[in-house]
Amino acid sequence: MRAGVASIQRFNGSTIHYFMTVGLHQYLFVSFVLFALGLLGVIMRRNLLVIYMSLELMLNAANLALVAFSRFNNKLDGQVLVFFIITVAAAEVAVGLALIVALYRKRQSAHVEDLTSMKL
Amino acid sequence: MEAINNLISNGAVEDVLFYVFAALTLLCGALVIANPFSRSPVTSAMFLVLTIISMTGLFVLLHAFFLAAVQIIVYAGAVLVLFVFVIMLLDLKEEQRRKIKFFGVAAGLVSVGAIICIFLKSLASIKPNANPPTLEGETYALGKLLFTQYTLPFEIVSVLLLVAMIGVILLSKRKLE
Repeated sequence: MRAGVASIQRFNGSTIHYFMTVGLHQYLFVSFVLFALGLLGVIMRRNLLVIYMSLELMLNAANLALVAFSRFNNKLDGQVLVFFIITVAAAEVAVGLALIVALYRKRQSAHVEDLTSMKL
Repeated sequence: MEAINNLISNGAVEDVLFYVFAALTLLCGALVIANPFSRSPVTSAMFLVLTIISMTGLFVLLHAFFLAAVQIIVYAGAVLVLFVFVIMLLDLKEEQRRKIKFFGVAAGLVSVGAIICIFLKSLASIKPNANPPTLEGETYALGKLLFTQYTLPFEIVSVLLLVAMIGVILLSKRKLE
């Protein structure tokens, strides 16, 4: 069997080759599309909480890319980095949500268009 | 029976599972940011849980078992509970009445198009490793690496968690004194 080409042995002995074997490229593509979705959410949505969720999507996309690189380069260091990213993301979510709650207490709104005090 | 064994040894099942989990991840991710039926942040949070769980499936397919468990416990367990809790604290009924601005959608699509172009360009230049992947992300190997080579970052992260905890307590006090 050639490298990169998977094949299925059928009952009648004929062989199907299919070329879309899942490799690094497929995982990276998923990661890129997920990152783009997160970016779109950050720019498009106007609710602070949904923006925060989109940020989480982008972090997860980066994690997926790191794990895929780690797997296909046979190095475990990428997974250690992902472990640290998950830890820092948890801390970041706790602080960010506390900030949002504090902001809501002060302004009664979690909407970015109502927060214009730094507008020129 | 032989055909099924052949399928498993050739990795065809894993490939099919990859496409299932990838489609689920992307679909739920799209529903997080733009749900045609509901604009409520609660719906977004629920679809974020689904995104993270299907991404855990991708982690398992990449043999990163420890990270898959951590992802479920930390993200689906802690982070999303925090999100839902904050949504409960805030009164977000108003959000559902607001329209998504056309300018925001246009700006978002332009920037996403630009970043997709960069991604495709970089994707084309990646040469995959010729060796077949043999790495196993098991807990033993990861823990060993974490407590030998990465001890200092590990300690720093623990201090960071402590700082975040103190910061959150200070921020959520009603009066800072």
